[in-house]
Amino acid sequence: MPGEKALLMMGCPEIPIQTSIAMYLSHKLTNLGFAVTVAGTDAVTKLLKVSDSDGYYVKKLLNLDKTLEDIVEKRIDFDICFAFMHNDAGMTYASTMSAISQAKIYSIVFGRNADALSETIEYNCEKIVANDVHNPSRLKNKLDKVMEDIVK
Amino acid sequence: MSCIEKMKYEILMEKMTFKESREFIEKNSDEVYYVPPGYKIFNDYYIIGIPPIALGIKDNALIFTYTKPCYGTFVLSIDSEDSRKEIYRLREVGKEKVHTPFKNGSSLENSKKPQTSFQDIWKK
Repeated sequence: MPGEKALLMMGCPEIPIQTSIAMYLSHKLTNLGFAVTVAGTDAVTKLLKVSDSDGYYVKKLLNLDKTLEDIVEKRIDFDICFAFMHNDAGMTYASTMSAISQAKIYSIVFGRNADALSETIEYNCEKIVANDVHNPSRLKNKLDKVMEDIVK
Repeated sequence: MSCIEKMKYEILMEKMTFKESREFIEKNSDEVYYVPPGYKIFNDYYIIGIPPIALGIKDNALIFTYTKPCYGTFVLSIDSEDSRKEIYRLREVGKEKVHTPFKNGSSLENSKKPQTSFQDIWKK
């Protein structure tokens, strides 16, 4: 596991819990020995740069579309990928990642329509689903269990 | 920003789900080709999508999906010298059935009319 590469793939940041969960997950995975990269839209990167201005929780921050382009062109790839989604577009990006990358995919589905959105997922992945918008606790607890399984 | 946003395009549909966009392309194109996610068009746009991704041809226009994380999927049409080149490439590659290097072994497929439904295509 040390040295394995993890990607956190983030979409539209309009649901508040996304940014806090991303910072939490990035920090936890880093402590487990993963080399963590966070890829997001311009809005996502701005939120993270302000929230984590010293880069304590997020070590490497990239543009989402450029990252997918680099994976398609086989310039980079990852061992695991946590794909954040609360809408169809987020799921579409994760589906693309599933098709172009060798990474094991974990789909983090949140927001008011999380259950319905998770049922539309057709690619192979482990789903972590929470119908939450403002309170990250339930999603955090579910991710803690996933990370326990990863280190087993 | 990809070059798409600098090109002269027409928005045919906006803020749709990806599947709705695919069905729109299938119903509103003279020819439809299916490509894997990450297929590159117009030099630097790598198509984001749920496979199979439909690319439509109507006259000299290329019809394709464009997904934005905060807004959903758009269906765009571009009719230009560049679109003619892309259409030529699609027809040539579709004819040759060239396999692409994606992990699931998906390949570009030609599906000239009559078209089948998404469910039928997915069962192939």
